[in-house]
Amino acid sequence: MFHAPDFKQLSKQIAAKTSADVEAALSSSRVTQDQLAALISPAAEPYLQQMAMQSSEITRNRFGKTTQLYAPIYLSNYCTNRCVYCGFSADNLIKRKCLTLDEAEREAMILHDRGFQHILLVSGEAESAVDVEYMEAITLRLRDKFAAVSIEIQPMSTEHYHRLFLAGITAVAVYQETYDRDMYKQVHLAGKKSDYDYRLETPARVAEAGMREVGIGALLGLSDWRAEGLAIGNHLAWLRKEFWSTAFTVSFPRMRPATGEFEPLQIVSEQNLSQLIFALRLFDPDVGLIVSTREEARYRNGMLGLGPTRYSAGSCTAPGGYGDADHEGEQFSVGDHRSLEEVCAAIREKGFDPVYKDWDCEFQTGMI
Amino acid sequence: MNILLNGQEKECTDGSTVLELLASLKLTPESVVVEHNHEILQPEAYTAAELAENDQVEIIRFVGGG
Amino acid sequence: MLTIAGTEFRSRLFLGTGKFSSSAVMADAIEASKCQMITVALRRVDLENPDDDIMSTLGQREYTFLPNTSGARDAKEAIRLAKLARAASGTSWLKLEVTPDPRTLLPDPVETLIATEELVKDGFIVLPYMNADPILALKLQDAGAAAVMPLGSPIGTNQGVLTDAMVEIIIEQARVPVVVDAGIGAPSHAAYAMEMGADAVLVNTAISVASDPVAMAAAFAKGVEAGRDAFKAGLGAANKEASASSPETGKLSTDLGFLA
Repeated sequence: MFHAPDFKQLSKQIAAKTSADVEAALSSSRVTQDQLAALISPAAEPYLQQMAMQSSEITRNRFGKTTQLYAPIYLSNYCTNRCVYCGFSADNLIKRKCLTLDEAEREAMILHDRGFQHILLVSGEAESAVDVEYMEAITLRLRDKFAAVSIEIQPMSTEHYHRLFLAGITAVAVYQETYDRDMYKQVHLAGKKSDYDYRLETPARVAEAGMREVGIGALLGLSDWRAEGLAIGNHLAWLRKEFWSTAFTVSFPRMRPATGEFEPLQIVSEQNLSQLIFALRLFDPDVGLIVSTREEARYRNGMLGLGPTRYSAGSCTAPGGYGDADHEGEQFSVGDHRSLEEVCAAIREKGFDPVYKDWDCEFQTGMI
Repeated sequence: MNILLNGQEKECTDGSTVLELLASLKLTPESVVVEHNHEILQPEAYTAAELAENDQVEIIRFVGGG
Repeated sequence: MLTIAGTEFRSRLFLGTGKFSSSAVMADAIEASKCQMITVALRRVDLENPDDDIMSTLGQREYTFLPNTSGARDAKEAIRLAKLARAASGTSWLKLEVTPDPRTLLPDPVETLIATEELVKDGFIVLPYMNADPILALKLQDAGAAAVMPLGSPIGTNQGVLTDAMVEIIIEQARVPVVVDAGIGAPSHAAYAMEMGADAVLVNTAISVASDPVAMAAAFAKGVEAGRDAFKAGLGAANKEASASSPETGKLSTDLGFLA
């Protein structure tokens, strides 16, 4: 099993890095975990432009001049966890809703008609609302209409993940939220999610179940973002060694101060986020890097081609939000309100090709 | 009687054992492995292992190799 | 320290014992190389020369013997040789070689994988000799191989690590130790493999057929150590020019202020 290194130790490791370490990392053909620490460190800030250039070159070599696109569908905002930062937290007095299979399919068809071929099914973590049977049923309904259906729901057993894989799910995202064990305890007050280790072991279970892709990440704004980045790098490297036939992605959900929402405990700027993205690209040339509509259009345009490989677009984070303009109960408010067409236009303007799919789940062996 | 030893016909006394065969070849039992009719023999079995007509015996040892 | 199947090795040079002019030269060369793992082959006893016994020269010393299955042309033959080797050596260490083509002696990937699966189940510590194919290396690892032994170039050719691009990927991806085997013709080749991050190298012909095998063995020991030290020191700077020259400086296409 993956053992998360002591978080404070990671912070110290990063803080000790000098510009000489950064230069060594930038001239290395294979960036080590210790060199990743240098690239994430404050000492690397003066080298941001050089990092961006290297990152963009590697990304272009490995992924071509493309950006993949997807959209989330929120199935349910019921949640049994009490997480201080999340709009779905069990204590929040929001309107709760779990889409019926028909409603979910209607939402999906709206996205389908808008041109999406890759959708991400998202839900709060409540077994009573969304369980493996529900997920299997919705997958069977959607899999012929989309090239790829991935999920971001509560952690499951290997067996359940395998069941969903056979139903046609290709990828699972499950974020640790924070690799800082103490902070994890502070912000996850109750619910199954308060078990740090069970969550940490989830990506391995997903890979073991045969999923083609596993997404990991941390919520930026809870603890030291640099140490989170290094922990993600460590986790990623471990997963790669254990599960060599699985593809991996990293997401960067960044919290920002906003009225009525959770105040981030740490401010992570756009510049910080960019440094983290470039550092991870230099560390792992093949990892998919995802930037969602949490980020503003201006920032996402600016980062096109520099490291990220996948963007969400036209997202709504409330269950039923695509069909119902007066929806309530969002998980977080989006920063980029452009439609799929507008995002595609921006991608093309950069000389890149928007990619709607890179796999058809139809080809998966053993599907039920 | 005749046995097939390392791929070659070899004459030996009726009812002789593997241990006696090794002695007649001036081989110390510890320096070789014996395969008797495709079964690897443990050294302690050499005394009991009697040879019969047309038995196949392979006597093998380590040599230089990369 | 290098650990394979729970056994620690101070030396990262493994020696093959074939093709030496005499047992005495071989023993001195092994001594000079400071190696702790030596490979041996299994053959029928030469009934005309029953005293020709390599173990009488080497048996008393503290080496880990790595018997090979050389000569095996398929998994079945290799498994038979493996069992004989275990009976002869009293240990489960095995260098698995399956080479159907007598001309090149290149390893058969399919039969090697089949034999590895069987032998691991039977309790062997299997180190398969393989072509430098990263996927095969990972499949052998998943089948339970204790280490993988990709070839640098065809055996006995002294061409060095021609497969470096693939060996590099194997080193990066494998969880088990990577021992570069075959084709290493000079201490510089051994150093090169070690600089890439190989865990060990196996050398035979380059030492046994040298004019002075003992001196050559000592030279290889230094090459392996130098390569290992260089790897640990972080060789990045050597690649600096090649990788940094390509970005077109100052042509970053972005409006983000902090990148301008």
